[in-house]
Amino acid sequence: MSESVARTAVSVSPEQARMDKALARRMRKRGDESKFWWLIPTLYIFFLMLPIYWLINMSFKTNQEILGNFSLWPQSPTLRNYAVIFTDPSWYKGYINSIIYVGMNTVISVLVALPAAYAFSRYRFLGDKHLFFWLLTNRMAPPAVFALPFFQLYSAFGLIDTHIAVALAHCLFNVPLAVWILEGFMSGVPKEIDETAYIDGYSFPRFFVKIFIPLIASGIGVAAFFCFMFSWVELLIARTLTTTAAKPIAAIMTRTVSASGMDWGVLAAAGVLTIIPGAIVIYFVRNYIAKGFALGRV
Amino acid sequence: MEKTWNNKAWFMVLPVLLLVAFSAVIPLMTVVNYSVQDTFGNNQFFWAGTEWFTEMLTSERFHSALGRNLFFSFIILLIEIPLGIVIALNMPRKGWGVPVCLVLMALPLLIPWNVVGTIWQVFGRVDIGLLGHTLERLGINYNYVQNPLHAWFTVIIMDVWHWTSLVVLLCYAGLVSIPDAFYQAAKIDGASRWAVFRYIQLPKMNRVLLIAVLLRFMDSFMIYTEPFVVTGGGPGNSTTFLSIDLVKMAVGQFDLGPAAAMSLIYFLIILLMSWVFYTVMTNYDAER
Repeated sequence: MSESVARTAVSVSPEQARMDKALARRMRKRGDESKFWWLIPTLYIFFLMLPIYWLINMSFKTNQEILGNFSLWPQSPTLRNYAVIFTDPSWYKGYINSIIYVGMNTVISVLVALPAAYAFSRYRFLGDKHLFFWLLTNRMAPPAVFALPFFQLYSAFGLIDTHIAVALAHCLFNVPLAVWILEGFMSGVPKEIDETAYIDGYSFPRFFVKIFIPLIASGIGVAAFFCFMFSWVELLIARTLTTTAAKPIAAIMTRTVSASGMDWGVLAAAGVLTIIPGAIVIYFVRNYIAKGFALGRV
Repeated sequence: MEKTWNNKAWFMVLPVLLLVAFSAVIPLMTVVNYSVQDTFGNNQFFWAGTEWFTEMLTSERFHSALGRNLFFSFIILLIEIPLGIVIALNMPRKGWGVPVCLVLMALPLLIPWNVVGTIWQVFGRVDIGLLGHTLERLGINYNYVQNPLHAWFTVIIMDVWHWTSLVVLLCYAGLVSIPDAFYQAAKIDGASRWAVFRYIQLPKMNRVLLIAVLLRFMDSFMIYTEPFVVTGGGPGNSTTFLSIDLVKMAVGQFDLGPAAAMSLIYFLIILLMSWVFYTVMTNYDAER
């Protein structure tokens, strides 16, 4: 039967193609009757890129040039600022620290969120709605409220200045987020699939790993992306829980004040380097971002 | 989807429950503990009852920080939501422009918050920043370190720069989910551009807009790092928002009692607002 469906699909394809073309024409026209619709996004992107460009611009200048003469691009480009960061362990270790705890947090958040999201999407149980709301309120908790108690809690366990402390602390807002996103994706998978698998003799763990997880792979990608994002940009908690061994790069940046004043060039270079991991991650998930947002679950 | 009643599902939720309890409930109990006690150092604590709460609720300092924060949230919502809608409406729907727009627009969202602060701190400086330098050339005596109005301007434009993209992406996701048949019908009826927006696009964006408003409200209500890096809460106290004030009190002055009481009041305000939102949203879902 599916073969015949496929054949009909093929047979209408010329007509389909004509309709697609007409559709594309309408799509082009509908945005606005004017030809200048692109002006607004372009201006907006220009506004977004300007401060970032300025940072990149500064990172290729020497301090004398930054402070001395005002120019829109580096007159004598130098890589000295980047060299400082890549040769000094106290600088580049910051990046390694950040990536370690962000990675740990993403893995922990997604792993514990998977079964919970499955439970929320498939079953009703005692107190499920209250539990779901309570989880969400943690996404809304101001980090400033938790900074000090976190410090005392992790001191008590002797975890201060370790990567795992920051990774666990960031679970506060990332686990609820991951549960929320995954629940949305899982609800999109028909329940008949579960039932068919059980009839076929799959045990629950085998079904979950072999069948269910591949089905929601894009959902896991989106959840991991948002966990990465919120853990990567957070600073208040990360800074409170670390002193030297696990200090994130964003916190190390604040020490560019030296005896001879601010080292603006190195500061700018460090800033540029913190933008790069985010840019790489966005590039890989660009097609899923809109989908993740479409669920309205961020 | 029809869900089956099964209390064994609790076992699947258990890991999340334990983890979040460890990272949320225990710290929160510490806060509650501090909020009802007083100390003279040496780890000796005395029962203080509701003293700190009354002190906080009547304190000028708390009121002004709350007022500033509400005003700030109000202004950025007023700018970011309409701006986000306009940009989303004008974004390309297909072709190479889509991924380019999405990647470039999402970029500010993935920059660590203190780097955002640093970017604008540099950008606004008169001697080395493009914005400050340009404004000075235009004859404006721009100085966000000393002039409260300029400090507010900088903090607001920074937030618009940082977060409008979130509103854009949310609205865009709502817009692409509208079937083309809707537009065809509107075209046959000869609907104007405004009518298409008002009766087709806006209702379809309702849900995502609600989420956008909530997220932007919450996050601007908890804002800490960016204004702290740029202005440090100054000049004077003019950009001291709730979180900045709280950290100043707890870590700077080590006034644990008042800080804890303030934390709880702060958290309760947010909790109340998320509850209102959650109810509105679930009711909205139920209606559909």
